[in-house]
Amino acid sequence: MKKVFGGPTIFLDRADINTDEIIPAKYLTEVTKEALKPYCLEDLKLEGFDPQGERLKNARVIISRENFGCGSSREHAPWVFEVNDIHTVIAESYARIFRQNMFNCGMLAIELPKVDIDTLMALRKEANGAVDVKVNLSEQQVVACGNGREVSFSFDISPFDKALVDAGGWVEYADAHY
Amino acid sequence: MGQTTAEKIFAAHLRDEPFPGTKVLDLDRVLCHEITTPVAIADLEWRGKDRVFDNTKIKAVIDHVTPSKDSKTALQAKMLRDWARRHDIKDFFDVGHNGVCHALFPEKGYIRPGFTAIMGDSHTCTHGAFGAFAAGVGTTDLEVGMLKGVCAFREPKTIRVNLNGSLQPGVYAKDVILYVIGQLGVNGATDRVIEFHGPVVDAMSMDARMTLCNMAIEAGGTCGICQPDMVTVDYLWPFIGDEFASKEAALDDYNQWCTDADADYDKILDFDVTELEPHVTYGYKPDCVKPVAEMAGTKIDQVYIGTCTNGRIEDLRQAAEVLKGRKVSDTLRGIVSPATPKIFKEALAEGLIQIFMDAGFCVTNPTCGACLGMSNGILAEGEACASTSNRNFNGRMGKGGMVHLMSPATAAATAITGVITDARELN
Repeated sequence: MKKVFGGPTIFLDRADINTDEIIPAKYLTEVTKEALKPYCLEDLKLEGFDPQGERLKNARVIISRENFGCGSSREHAPWVFEVNDIHTVIAESYARIFRQNMFNCGMLAIELPKVDIDTLMALRKEANGAVDVKVNLSEQQVVACGNGREVSFSFDISPFDKALVDAGGWVEYADAHY
Repeated sequence: MGQTTAEKIFAAHLRDEPFPGTKVLDLDRVLCHEITTPVAIADLEWRGKDRVFDNTKIKAVIDHVTPSKDSKTALQAKMLRDWARRHDIKDFFDVGHNGVCHALFPEKGYIRPGFTAIMGDSHTCTHGAFGAFAAGVGTTDLEVGMLKGVCAFREPKTIRVNLNGSLQPGVYAKDVILYVIGQLGVNGATDRVIEFHGPVVDAMSMDARMTLCNMAIEAGGTCGICQPDMVTVDYLWPFIGDEFASKEAALDDYNQWCTDADADYDKILDFDVTELEPHVTYGYKPDCVKPVAEMAGTKIDQVYIGTCTNGRIEDLRQAAEVLKGRKVSDTLRGIVSPATPKIFKEALAEGLIQIFMDAGFCVTNPTCGACLGMSNGILAEGEACASTSNRNFNGRMGKGGMVHLMSPATAAATAITGVITDARELN
């Protein structure tokens, strides 16, 4: 089933956020996605970030920097976002496996250049963190609203990734095609 | 224009190109362990598709937490075990026969030059040491692999790393790969294959080549690849002896996967490693590397020797050579985990286990365990571990713990003194 994209945003202003920070290995003993829910970003040490805070609880979008999701191949990282209703990550770049895992789950890993992420980080400051993002997948456009101001960016998505999102994930796509 | 090894493997395995740049490959191996596979199994059951594409091409092992430490890990093991039995997967390795996947599967001869392999484990890049294309994937890719025998990739470009010169005694493949990651950065090879070439690689055993390829992912690489040669053929000979008339014939056949002289690379990097010193990591990223000399004297609470990076017989020999006749410092704990039962037996037969135990090491069964903070040697907050593993992320071996990555020789020397120590300076 196609997912809902966009909503309140949380900013993780650091490069190389790894999958151990997103979901520590000790929780990999769970055999359901739902069981991961309380542990989202538990080991991330970042100034002003509280893994138990309201801001993360309400977030539907994550905005970050380069090489997001590096490290382990664990799909538990996208899953912990999925079960917390975070279906969109926007970053400068991604680790290959994390990026593929997002699309395989029918979720969005949107890449924007550094200058656009800088603009979004500036909007975050201006809006005291209260930024809402809308994603228009067919127009390939991201619109961020904060402090009464709007900024918009267009993004690229490969036809294959788009097909995965439309199908609801790789299992659905592969089942229909192979 | 010639082709790289990865390009040749992609061309030979291409099932479909649904969109330009997206290549769906046929898989020779789908490898499974008990952490990332059970969710795929449960999902296939839920979809009413509890099937496998080919039970001879699927290999499975319980390795991350084994024997199970609690009810949850016991359930994961049971789900994998029941599934393997249900589908008659003959090459399934349970307690008593199990070991760390990236040491066990190569040792069984499952990976051959020109193969494609996936596993729900980022260090699957290790298997590229055989001239194969092997990539870590998530559970959804694994699930489709199990069901359909295919996986989709963007065709990766290749970075060629030429390792020139020759290594000094006491400097090992681990030091080389730490240094190379330091040069590339943790993002330097994302969506790239790293091909290792040069006299230093030619002179390496398969164990050492696997150490090199194992850490390709720490630079973001999809796979590390070494060229198949007579060292590869010798290693595989017990498994391929009836396929080829001679070793030369095997080599002739495997040569088809070697990179062409006029292949197109994304980048070519030359390193002369003749003057290379042993290296260790500092900080929380694998590209934070320094010569051991600059970190010497750093206090350590635990030494861990083992894992898919450095738990093979050669690694244990290198550590034991340093430990022989010496004792572990009473300020730290030493833990050694031979990566497979075969390696454990060899280490016993060679007297290495005796050396480890006489020195005061705890010898554990083969398992991934402490490397990712799951069992058998988790750190307390504020503790530091000298480890032969591949990741030093914050909290990797236990919340609030620090990990310094290094070679087995450096780890052994560190065990003796209690502080990070260059093994060459012990005498």
